Amino acid sequence: MTSDMTALTAAEAVGASERGDLDAGELFEAYRAAAAAEDLNAYLWVAEEAPAQAPAAGAPLAGVPLAVKDLFCTEGVPSQAGSKILEGYRPPYTASVVARLAQAGAPLLGKTNQDEFAMGSSNENSAFGAVLNPWDRTRVPGGSSGGSAAAVAAGSAPWALGTDTGGSIRQPAALCGIVGLKPTYGTVSRYGMIAFASSLDQAGPLTRDVTDAALLLSHMVGKDERDSTSIGFPGTIERPSATSLKGIRLGVPEELSGEGAGIEPGVLAAFDATLKLAEELGASIHTCHLPHAPHALSAYYVLAPAEASSNLARYDGVRYGLRVEDGGLVGMYTKTRSQGFGTEVKRRIMLGTYSLSSGYYDAYYGRAQRVRTKIADDFRTAFDAFHFVVTPTSPSVAFELGSKIADPFSMYVNDYCTVPMSLAGIPAISIPNGLSEGLPTGFQLAGPAFSENRILDAAFALERAIGFDGSAGRTP
Amino acid sequence: MTVEYEPVIGLEIHVQLSTRTKMFCGCELSFGEPPNTRTCPVCLGLPGTLPRANAQAIHYGLMIGLALGSDLAPRSIFHRKNYFYPDLPKGYQISQYDEPLCTGGRLGDVRIHRVHLEEDAAKLVHAGSSGRIHGSDASVVDFNRGGTPLAEIVTEPDVRSAAQAREWLTLLRTTLRRLGVSDVNMEEGSLRCDANISIRPVGSAQLGTKTELKNMNSFRFLERGVNAEIARQQALLFAGEPVVQETLHFDPATERITSLRSKEEAHDYRYFPEPDLVPVAISDAMLAAAHADMPELPAAREERLQGLGLSAASARQLAWRTELGDYFEAALASDGAEAQPLANWICNELVARVGEQDPASSNVSPDALARLVALVGDKAVTVGNAKLVLDRLVDAGGDPAAIVAAEGLGALDGGADELEPIVDAALAANADAAAKIRAGNMKAIGAIIGHVMRETKGRADGGEVTRIVRERLGV
Repeated sequence: MTSDMTALTAAEAVGASERGDLDAGELFEAYRAAAAAEDLNAYLWVAEEAPAQAPAAGAPLAGVPLAVKDLFCTEGVPSQAGSKILEGYRPPYTASVVARLAQAGAPLLGKTNQDEFAMGSSNENSAFGAVLNPWDRTRVPGGSSGGSAAAVAAGSAPWALGTDTGGSIRQPAALCGIVGLKPTYGTVSRYGMIAFASSLDQAGPLTRDVTDAALLLSHMVGKDERDSTSIGFPGTIERPSATSLKGIRLGVPEELSGEGAGIEPGVLAAFDATLKLAEELGASIHTCHLPHAPHALSAYYVLAPAEASSNLARYDGVRYGLRVEDGGLVGMYTKTRSQGFGTEVKRRIMLGTYSLSSGYYDAYYGRAQRVRTKIADDFRTAFDAFHFVVTPTSPSVAFELGSKIADPFSMYVNDYCTVPMSLAGIPAISIPNGLSEGLPTGFQLAGPAFSENRILDAAFALERAIGFDGSAGRTP
Repeated sequence: MTVEYEPVIGLEIHVQLSTRTKMFCGCELSFGEPPNTRTCPVCLGLPGTLPRANAQAIHYGLMIGLALGSDLAPRSIFHRKNYFYPDLPKGYQISQYDEPLCTGGRLGDVRIHRVHLEEDAAKLVHAGSSGRIHGSDASVVDFNRGGTPLAEIVTEPDVRSAAQAREWLTLLRTTLRRLGVSDVNMEEGSLRCDANISIRPVGSAQLGTKTELKNMNSFRFLERGVNAEIARQQALLFAGEPVVQETLHFDPATERITSLRSKEEAHDYRYFPEPDLVPVAISDAMLAAAHADMPELPAAREERLQGLGLSAASARQLAWRTELGDYFEAALASDGAEAQPLANWICNELVARVGEQDPASSNVSPDALARLVALVGDKAVTVGNAKLVLDRLVDAGGDPAAIVAAEGLGALDGGADELEPIVDAALAANADAAAKIRAGNMKAIGAIIGHVMRETKGRADGGEVTRIVRERLGV
């Protein structure tokens, strides 16, 4: 069944393997060949051979291979965070979540392209070239986990790991017509994830469907003593099974979907159609308010660059990665960082350095933290009345390569609907809910902290009702 | 009109904590291992790594806070202090900023401002002539030290002289050593002291411009450095020039002070809360554990020793040198010796013979010293001969009474009847001296006593000899 193997979802492949209908080694080779042959520039490294050891008997993920965003450290395998400053860097250790998944039987298939240090919404900020959207190769896949999203959408990986800081899983999932989940902050260990903004970064799955997202996430969560901020997940992530949304109250925030939110008409139409389906499944739809959400993007672009300016200080040419000699120490620092970082990364380092500077801290960083608290309060209030808050994932469908790269603000606006959840630390999923102009749109469903099981169940019910056909993305 | 200036000095002390592992990773602390053998991805600041706070370091921090009478914060947080330097692998130091572990307190005559925890930097070694990074041919980094836990103790500006700074730092060192939280060795860098120094006209309440003096790596250099900086500031003010706020480097070899950086060149450290660590919440159990591990501290011991009847000076000397105090208390516990003479024998005679060494590891057991002092108290041996006995004890140990008996060093026990003829003979043999004494020059009595001591091999009581001389010569 070689040719059919890669058509299976990951959960289907696990089932087939458990029944003895599928050989894990053959499955790995099929995906390895597809990943090596793909022409979207989705991968920065592809495994040369199947792992020497077959998955342990009874390993729950049964050898179904995993594509991993470049910024996860993988021992002996290039881990460059899409940056020239880490070109060729091979870490001496493996990120906790990658090790955990390998242990569960998901071997490393390849490392996927991304915006440099996860800063971007189009994947054009990669030092290793842009990634193409498999639905339309003149368009971006979204970012920053663009390589992971494109690989899963194109079928060269059964599933992939991404990271989400302000929308970096959900937005590319939406633009590529797949499922992307950002878990509650702290449920998945950050140890070994090359940091962008520590208080926001969270690893999550990019998958073909909601069931796969639940399966992968169930083996990602857990407290890790190497990450003081990790708290694990109370209980286990279950396989979703709901077919109805009876009694579910959905809050539609005026601020993120109404006029002034800048949502494209086609995206809004798909969103409204999904709300109708939700009603048909038994949910009730209500307008709600997140009064501080319009300020989320501003707060985010103070806080995330502030943390990034510090997190990226270690790339100084002294110990690893790029070093450009210039006689003295300061010259070496300056040249290494000038040549090693791309434009967007430098822009954010400058922003962050400025906002943390003496005399500006309270006006920028301190104030942004207060906005962040208000946004988290807004969500708490909303969840007192509603089970979930739903929005379009991205204001637009996939846009053309090069169309926004010169205008940072138009790029930042892509995360308008996803950043508030990141600031609040709450879980949110994006599922494909239709097409606009022939390109996928995404539907975002967010719940309170640790409500992943309920989110997955609701998304599962909606997914069935929507019946999205992602095969166009997988046509070579 | 001359203006008299007084110095105003605050101290910043960095103490390496003697925990088993580093502040934010599991590497064991390094004691001279080959370079870069006590490292891991975390303390090398490799991409993706995260810190974990060391519970033992927090425990030690709480003990220091208790010892200094500080307020212990129920919740404190770590901050990042951002600056670029090759000895700082992450490009920031994890430290504490506006919510430190301990606030306020006092030790001796100096108030404490705060105590916080942080990680030490790595060690830079500069090849080339200068020994400094500027002008060196190449620099290499040894990360063994990087990440060692540090407690930074900051005082209020309560110190008024270099001598006071030195004396207070000695008390702090003893206190920390007594707590067992650090090796507190200045030469090896486990205790490091910087001083913020300004001067002002005596009587003025206003503070002058301060400078920060770094790199005084011994008690001697601390005193010399501070004195040199006070003198430099006074010279500036007398010459009508202002003191400039700057960070200064003290070179112990030349005792020269050079500028490291001016106020304008000062770093903007861009402190912000460390997002990779959760706040430190001090639980009742943590507090109870810190209390349970608290030993008697030097200040309290000093008070208790004074209560035993010791002079203030003796009590301080014994309390501030923990090993002397322990030796004293062990000796006092054996019967016979009076507290003050015992303290005098330990602080003067014994210390003169064993130096900086812990006397407990010498050949003189506390019990033996106590018996020797008791023999002196009973006038069974003279002070002079007791010192000879102590020499023997230091050389080879043993029992003082046995040494006295074996070497015939016991005091004359025949009383005045035995001594008077010897004194008379001495007066006859030293007629000049006798005449001088008669004329009122009591210094001349030394010749008489010396004669008697030679005749008796030191077994005579000097006081008794003096009494007989006075009686005979009618002075």
